[in-house]
Amino acid sequence: MTFEQIVFYSLAVVTIFSSIMVVVQRNPVNSALYLILDFFCLGGLYLTLNAQFIAIVHILVYAGAIMVLFVFVIMLLNLGDTHKLADRLNMKKIIGIAFGLAFFVELLYLLGFGTTRSISQQSPAAPEIGTIEYIGKVLFTKFLFPFEVTSFLLLAAIIGAVILAKKKIIH
Amino acid sequence: MDTISILEPLLKILFIIFVALLPAVAYGVLAERKISAFIQNRLGPNRVGPWGLLQPLADIPKLFFKEDIVPAAANKFIHSLAPLISITIAFSTFAVIPFGDTITFSIGDSSYTTKLQIADVNIGFLYILALSSLAVYGITLSGWSSNNKYSLLGGLRSTAQMISYELSMGLSLIGVVMLSSSLQLDDIVAAQGGYWLGFIPKWNAIPQFLGFVIFVVAMFAETNRLPFDLPEAEPELVAGYHTEYTGMKFGIFMLSEYIAMITASALIATLYLGGWQAPYLEHLGLSPFLMSVAQMAAFVVKVFAIVIFFMVVRWTVPRFRYDQLMSIGWKVLLPLALVNILLTGLFVILYH
Amino acid sequence: MIPLSHYLLLSAVIFSVGVVGVMTRRNAIVVFMCIELMLNSVNLTLVAFSSYLGDATGQMLVFFVMVVAAAEAAVGLAIVISLFRNKQTVNIDDINILKW
Repeated sequence: MTFEQIVFYSLAVVTIFSSIMVVVQRNPVNSALYLILDFFCLGGLYLTLNAQFIAIVHILVYAGAIMVLFVFVIMLLNLGDTHKLADRLNMKKIIGIAFGLAFFVELLYLLGFGTTRSISQQSPAAPEIGTIEYIGKVLFTKFLFPFEVTSFLLLAAIIGAVILAKKKIIH
Repeated sequence: MDTISILEPLLKILFIIFVALLPAVAYGVLAERKISAFIQNRLGPNRVGPWGLLQPLADIPKLFFKEDIVPAAANKFIHSLAPLISITIAFSTFAVIPFGDTITFSIGDSSYTTKLQIADVNIGFLYILALSSLAVYGITLSGWSSNNKYSLLGGLRSTAQMISYELSMGLSLIGVVMLSSSLQLDDIVAAQGGYWLGFIPKWNAIPQFLGFVIFVVAMFAETNRLPFDLPEAEPELVAGYHTEYTGMKFGIFMLSEYIAMITASALIATLYLGGWQAPYLEHLGLSPFLMSVAQMAAFVVKVFAIVIFFMVVRWTVPRFRYDQLMSIGWKVLLPLALVNILLTGLFVILYH
Repeated sequence: MIPLSHYLLLSAVIFSVGVVGVMTRRNAIVVFMCIELMLNSVNLTLVAFSSYLGDATGQMLVFFVMVVAAAEAAVGLAIVISLFRNKQTVNIDDINILKW
């Protein structure tokens, strides 16, 4: 195995493990911690794909901002353990798991019959595309309009969050 | 990969941790006690060694030999994990800070040139922002896992405080990036060489004065130092997030707090005060090797001047109230940082 | 070298785990986290395609997905907090009336 393969497969195993732990842990704080581990592994996977800018922004936004918000809210509401997944394995959950498995099989079917099987090499342009200079150039020329639209989205989200959190308690 | 490309960063890491940071922390604690004693008109530690200079050697074994108490209702794994997160993040930031220009060792005829920086990554700037946003976890998780209301309050306060001040910190740094048009810390330092009008050093602190002030204030908040030490405010929260920590776990929190302070000072020096650039040094006519050493010394002097500034501020300024802290962060620093970006943008358009 | 299909398989696994989480968990915050997981598996696919096909569009889309995820987390958590204030629960089965 080459160095790249060792890195990829170990990161992949940890990613899958921590994703499953996010779902099965009964304490939301543990779920959040596994999700943070997951995000770090994904950051590493982006690096194996030569997307250094996306990797660092991913860590900055997901692990550094979004998950801090999640942990903060969990602590603020002081959420304790919920019931174990296995304790209450009712019909609804069985259907949920079956649905997820069916979906996975469907994805596998698509992967097996798609054209992506033939691509086994990263494009030679990949290291250049991942740099911040290239991304900046494309973002502010070809994708300028969507970029401006995201600023509206963020403004709307800020206003929405402030109004929702400010609402008076009604009993 | 050959041996030297693995050995070189490893040697640099060992040098930074064991020769630079750990002794600096040990004597930083002593310096803090001495400065507080001076400000409060006391003597300070003076029993161990001449002028108390061996005090760190007495303090560190004490921390090691104290009993490690984990509260019965604590989440034991996270309780142990939290100090490790803090210390790892505190150390990691130093990986991208350049502490000198290149240095050339020559033994006989062979010579070896190396960069005085552990990793010269071209997204070093974003790396620092990412790490500083991760620093919240150590404090937050320690506060939550202790299962103590004072710890939890400290953890909640620190989360809110750090995510509020990170914004102003990141925005104030945009001005520096606009002036040096690079995210590589090495280039940012290199752009600060030379002089304006022949004698004023070209440091970022002069054109970016507003950003500099915002960044320093935000750094005080990020490192949880007074006047922003609400996460551990002694009169209100016992000791805040580390109330339930004893022995070496507490020691690790203290270590990471001091390393965070040294890192913050190194960042201020690198981004705004010219890093390893020392003004008028080129007139001395030193040999290249001595020049590199002198530049390193200049960097160390700058860092320690800022560390002492941090300490003097701690013992002279009272703590902010929580609502004051939030209104300074959101209503004063954030708009000022945005104004700074606008002004820098205008300046860059007009003069370049 | 690692073939593209391995990245796609990995992201399919993460996405399915996220789907199962959304279907089975009843804690609103955990449901949110599972949605983040699904968004991230999509990001992985996009970045993989971007660097295997040599096109920056995939990485641009990841950038926009991150913006959407940040906005979603902020508004979603604000909703969770105001729900908790009113009903003292974050279990989505208990939140079954559309007004109060």
